Amino acid sequence: MRIPALTLLLILSIPGFAPAPVSAADHEARLLIRDHRFEPAELKVPANAKVRLVVRNEDTTPEEFESHELNREKVIPGKSQAVIFVGPLAPGRYPFFGEFHEATARGVLVAE
Amino acid sequence: MLGAAVIVFRETLEAALIIGILAAATAGTPHRAKWLSGGVAAGILGAVMLALGAEQIGEVADGIGQELMNAGILGIAVAMLAWHNIWMSRHGAQLAREAKQLGRDVKSGATDMASVAVVVAMAVLREGSETVLFLYGLIAGSETTVASTLAGTALGIGAGAFAGVALYAGFVRIPARWFFSATSALILLLAAAMAGQMARFLVQAGLLPSLATPLWDSSALLPTQSPVGAVLHVLVGYEATPSGMQVTFYSAVLVAILLGMRWAQRLPVSPRPSS
Repeated sequence: MRIPALTLLLILSIPGFAPAPVSAADHEARLLIRDHRFEPAELKVPANAKVRLVVRNEDTTPEEFESHELNREKVIPGKSQAVIFVGPLAPGRYPFFGEFHEATARGVLVAE
Repeated sequence: MLGAAVIVFRETLEAALIIGILAAATAGTPHRAKWLSGGVAAGILGAVMLALGAEQIGEVADGIGQELMNAGILGIAVAMLAWHNIWMSRHGAQLAREAKQLGRDVKSGATDMASVAVVVAMAVLREGSETVLFLYGLIAGSETTVASTLAGTALGIGAGAFAGVALYAGFVRIPARWFFSATSALILLLAAAMAGQMARFLVQAGLLPSLATPLWDSSALLPTQSPVGAVLHVLVGYEATPSGMQVTFYSAVLVAILLGMRWAQRLPVSPRPSS
């Protein structure tokens, strides 16, 4: 059993397994979905900080917020709002879209 | 119609591939079809209920209810896959020795099939609830006719199911000698992949630090949303831009199940009752 014990020790040494304090978001950003479009279509957020993104869907139909660059996806039912945490992000542009209305629901998060 | 088909296909694919792997891994188990279709039916029922309660679930815990629900569903699936693989590593070798790959004893086979059915239900539940919400939106928003939406849905589900069947057909052709190692390796990776997704939801909910966003970026080489990337995403948990926490969960579950399998192999095997 020497090898498994060593492996276990290795797992525990991975940073994520040491108890790390989860800091509250440093910044909050708001996004609106109206007529299957994001408002604003370009949203600025601070780079290198955890951002609490509040997305309010004013349409009566559900939408799925999705971004490959941000590695996020979340269904937002009609007439409701959702919270998505992103970052800390390196400075740059991170496109996102609404999967259920991909033709019109497009936007980009700009971290700077 | 095509729009609905594409989205339904995308949502169906993941569940279909998972069912394909599990169907192959349990080939020959008594009442397998009943267990698997029971899992699918339970999953669909749950998906409709989940979609109906989406708004209420979303509001739970300050707007992160959806992530908690997804992480919970994935957690159950990971536990069941781990159990299946550890069980198989104990009994699989013995069954192979006795050249009885296609006839396990009914009692222990049933416990294993129950765990497999739960995984199937969880996979259908997760992907299905999003599909139900999407279709509801299409019809409620009267963007298309009901008939065209239904046709698109059928096409999407059909294409997804075809991918699952193709994977299954490929798997059952693997020679018996390699069969156990091949299916248990794939289920091991599937469990690790689900653990990685679970971590993504917990990070998205702000409950865990991301550790690194992303840990690497291979999106120029192989984007996750490309056809190959999407299949690898389901089968082995490929991500073009994973967070550090995802990779940590992935590795931890991979190692933990491997250790469990090795431990189970060392246990003395009790003599099998003659059947």
